[in-house]
Formats: sequence, structure tokens, C-alpha cells
Amino acid sequence: MTQKDIRRLSLILLFAPFALWIVLLIVLPHIGMGVIALREKVAPRVYEFGFGNFIDFAQEPIYWNTLLRTGSMSLLVTALALVIGFPIAYYIAKIAGRRSRGALFLICLIPLWVSDLIRAFGWILLLRETGVISSTLQAIGLIDGPVEMLYNDVTVVVGLVYTVILFMIVPLVSTLDGMDNAMIEAGYNLGGSGLTVLRRIIIPYAMPGIVAGCIIVFMLTAGSYLTPILLGGKYSSWFTETIYEQFITRYNWEAGAAFGFLLLIFTSAVVWIGLRLSGQTLAATVAKS
Amino acid sequence: MLNSDKNWGFLLGYRLYVLAFFVFLAAPLVAAGTFAFNDSLFPALPWQGFTLDWFFNDSEPKLGVFHDRRLLRGVYYSFVIAALVSTLSVAVGTSNAFLFVRHDFPAKNVLYIVMVLPLVIPGVILGISILLLASSVANTLDDGYGIDIGFLRPGIFLVVMGQFSFITTITSLVVTARLRKFDRALEEAALNLGASRARVLATVTLPFLRPAMIAAGIVAFLVSFENFNTTLFLVGSESPLTITMFDRMAKAGSTPVLNAMSFLLILGSGGLALLSVLVQRDRTPE
Repeated sequence: MTQKDIRRLSLILLFAPFALWIVLLIVLPHIGMGVIALREKVAPRVYEFGFGNFIDFAQEPIYWNTLLRTGSMSLLVTALALVIGFPIAYYIAKIAGRRSRGALFLICLIPLWVSDLIRAFGWILLLRETGVISSTLQAIGLIDGPVEMLYNDVTVVVGLVYTVILFMIVPLVSTLDGMDNAMIEAGYNLGGSGLTVLRRIIIPYAMPGIVAGCIIVFMLTAGSYLTPILLGGKYSSWFTETIYEQFITRYNWEAGAAFGFLLLIFTSAVVWIGLRLSGQTLAATVAKS
Repeated sequence: MLNSDKNWGFLLGYRLYVLAFFVFLAAPLVAAGTFAFNDSLFPALPWQGFTLDWFFNDSEPKLGVFHDRRLLRGVYYSFVIAALVSTLSVAVGTSNAFLFVRHDFPAKNVLYIVMVLPLVIPGVILGISILLLASSVANTLDDGYGIDIGFLRPGIFLVVMGQFSFITTITSLVVTARLRKFDRALEEAALNLGASRARVLATVTLPFLRPAMIAAGIVAFLVSFENFNTTLFLVGSESPLTITMFDRMAKAGSTPVLNAMSFLLILGSGGLALLSVLVQRDRTPE
């Protein structure tokens, strides 16, 4: 075998697992989902090709309201995560001393690896009617009776921000970490105010990290299931819940597939618009974080 | 210092903000963990005294976590699934790293983006699309030829495939980053000294990649162990731990045994996360 043959063989051998993975687990399932979404059930076990499932979606305000609600709340969560997380990331990367920097970053990383489920469970214990905050407030005498802090939109948003904020902070810290402090000092020396330096130097530099964080956070939020259900209750109207209901409760896989497809298109569109507006690419942002 | 011109009050406020953030970060974890030691039937105040019953007691009503059959079975299934997923995804991830770092082929950049895509597809969608495909194939075979393929029905195999489908992206990225740092001259030196290609791979390249492969394996294990969204749709009768715990949480009146389990999981995942950081930090020349 010549050198060229060996390289060719190794290319094929390395390409095979990649192709199998992408084709069998990503491409084919999504094509299948699209095909099933375009099937209408006309009688038991009889199907016709058509857009019926999507028409049902458009005609039922509950469905598209839920999707819009999920989308807008996810955008709100993303914005909040960025606003709350950016100062923390900046502190860790630029202000904290050399030794405390690593420790702070680790403290940030560890909760990231603790399951969403446990974190939501913790919030339930703190916020419910018989929870820690309610009983503490009663013990101090600030309130007379127990208060229920679960099952409202504010709690769901706070819970979601909590669940995803570390996925914002981690890429931000890694981008800010690579920034030369001299750039910031130069900005100040040239007479820039703190705000100008932030707006003209730090934020443009951190853009890949910001975009990466926002994409991951938005995607995780829009696709989340646990947090809205556990903190928002059964009727939190989150779109993933609607999909689950079609699949498992109603056993209407055609509608479920159509709804899944809509969620995918919706999140992809938002991610794509975000990339376009910020002039970034997927490879330069998400792949690096 | 960078902020010498900023006033002292601003920095103090900033520090307080960071402190408040870390309290916010820790509060639910502390709440979930602490009630594991409360001698009460409910995970709520008032504090009734310290106990280890929720770990070790062997009878109802205070059934401890080490005697709770259903939770233990969940842990077992989660372990099996996570071990399979992390082995598979590290193997394919390493292969992908070599593919993208060492080879040139048509549409390489597009395919690289395709490799990253599974990370930006919502987990719920991955779950349902794989469920739909597997069920369609299984139904077609069953109706047409009377062949019933059990592993295409919801169960451990599908859960492993579902998690593998996006965890492989993570492992590929981790190993690729490490392979990019590798100095090809080392391999060439070994080849010039007469080593075979297989031997160079086994004694030079793979040892260099080992920290990244171990770290990727740990991360894959953790992500798999804690996955909920993708698993939810693919799970059969063998419920992994997250599904078992969720079912109990959704029902009201769970006992602090869930807190005991949470406490163990926080310790376990915190420890593993620490380990993955240390493994990677160790021999990486910066």
C-alpha cells in the first residue's frame, strides 16, 4: 500500500463513525419528523399527506400563544442572564486576584454540573407555601399567613435564569480572560469614561462570548421542560409541555411531530437572526465555548 | 491596578453584588442538601433535629435512600446508560477530532458546523425525532414482515442513542481542541526512529490526548447522568434516576429521602466536575 492509500483508508475509517452518527441520529430522525408532521390522520391507521397539523396549530390560539409565550419569556431570560451574568464574568476574569479567580470560576462551574432537577427542587423547598422563605418571614413576623411563591411567571423566569446563567458566564469568562488589560487601560488613558470603555472596547471584544452564551441560553430555555413545570405548575403553558402532552397523553404523534418541528424552526430562526445581527458564525462562537 | 481611578464605593458595591450572586447560586443547593438531615417527614422547616435516617433507615415511613429500591434501581440504570454513552461518545469524539484536524475533504467547514449543530437543537426535539424514526422503522418491520425488534422500542438502547446524539458534539470539541495543540514533529520524530504508525498512535499521540479524553469522558458521564429532556421521550420501563425523582417530585408529599439523594448527587457531580478540571489542568502546558 502506498502512503496515499493509507491516508485514504484512514480518512474513510474516520469518516464512517461521523457519517453514521450524523445521518442516523440527526439527519434521518429530523427528516422522519418532518414527514410525520405532514401526515394527517383521516381514519384509524389511514393517513393522508397534508398540512393539517400545521393548520390545526394556526387555528388554535392556545397553541401559538404558548409558542409565542415560550419564545418571549426565553428572550427575557436570555437578556436577564446576560445583564446579571456579565458583571460576574467580568469580575472573575478581570478584577478578582489571580488566586481567587480560579476558585471563583470553580464555584461557578460546580453548580453547573448539578442536575437541573435538584436545583429546581431546591427552589421548591425555598419558595413553596410551607417553604423556608415563607416560614422564616412568618417567624420574624413580617407576614401573618403562609405565602405561596411558586406557580407564577416571575418564579419561572427567576428559576430559568438561575438554571441557565452559568452557561452565559462560562463562555464570557473565557473570552474576557483572553483580553489584554492594556486595551482597557489605553481606553481610560485616552480619556474614555467607564461607560465608554465598556461600550467601545470591552463589549465588542467579548462579542463572540456574548453571542455564544446567548445562543446556548436561549436554546436551553426554550427547550427546557423541568423548570417551567416544577416551578410554574401544571399550567405553566410552556411549549415543550404542549409537545409532551400531544405525544404521551393524547398519543397524537403527528401533531406532536408538527409542534416539535415548529419549536425547532422557531429556535433555529432566533439563533440565525442573532448570528446575523452580531456578525458571528456558529463555528466561532458555540464551538469555542 | 485597573480600577485605581474608580472610587472605593463602587468597588464595594460591586463586591457585594458578586457576593449576593454567589448566595443566589448556592441557596437552592443548600436547601436541597440540608433537609436530608432534618428529622422530619417533610422537607420543610421547622428543624426537628439532626438525623441520618434518610440515608440509612431501612423501614417506612422513614425509608432511607440506601434502602429505597426504586431510587437505587434508578441509580443503577443511570450508571449503565452514562457508562455506555461516555464510552461511545469519547470513541467517536476522538475519531472526529482526527478527522477534522488531520484530514482535508470536500465541504469540511460545512460538516464541522453540522458536527456542532446537535448542541443547538433542543433536547426535547432530539428525543422525539429519534423516537419517531425508531418507532416507524419498528412498526414497518412488524407490520410488513412480522419481525419485532425490541431495541427500537423505548428503552435503554434508545436512551443511549438519544444522549449520544448530542454528547458526541461535546466530546468531539474537547478532544479536537487538544489535538490542535499537538506538535506533529513529535510523531515525525517517532516515525523517523522506525516506529510503526500504530505504535506512534499508541505511544505518542493518544497519551498526549489522554487528559482531554478523560475530561471529555467525565463530562459526558455527568451530562448523561443528569439528562432529562431527551431521555423523557425515549425511556421505557427502566427509568433512570432523573425520571424516577421527577415523578416523585411532581407528586406532592415527597419525603426528605429525595433530599438525601440530592445531597449525594451534589457531592458526586461536584466531585466529578472538580476531577475533570484537575485532569485537564494537570499536564497541559500553557
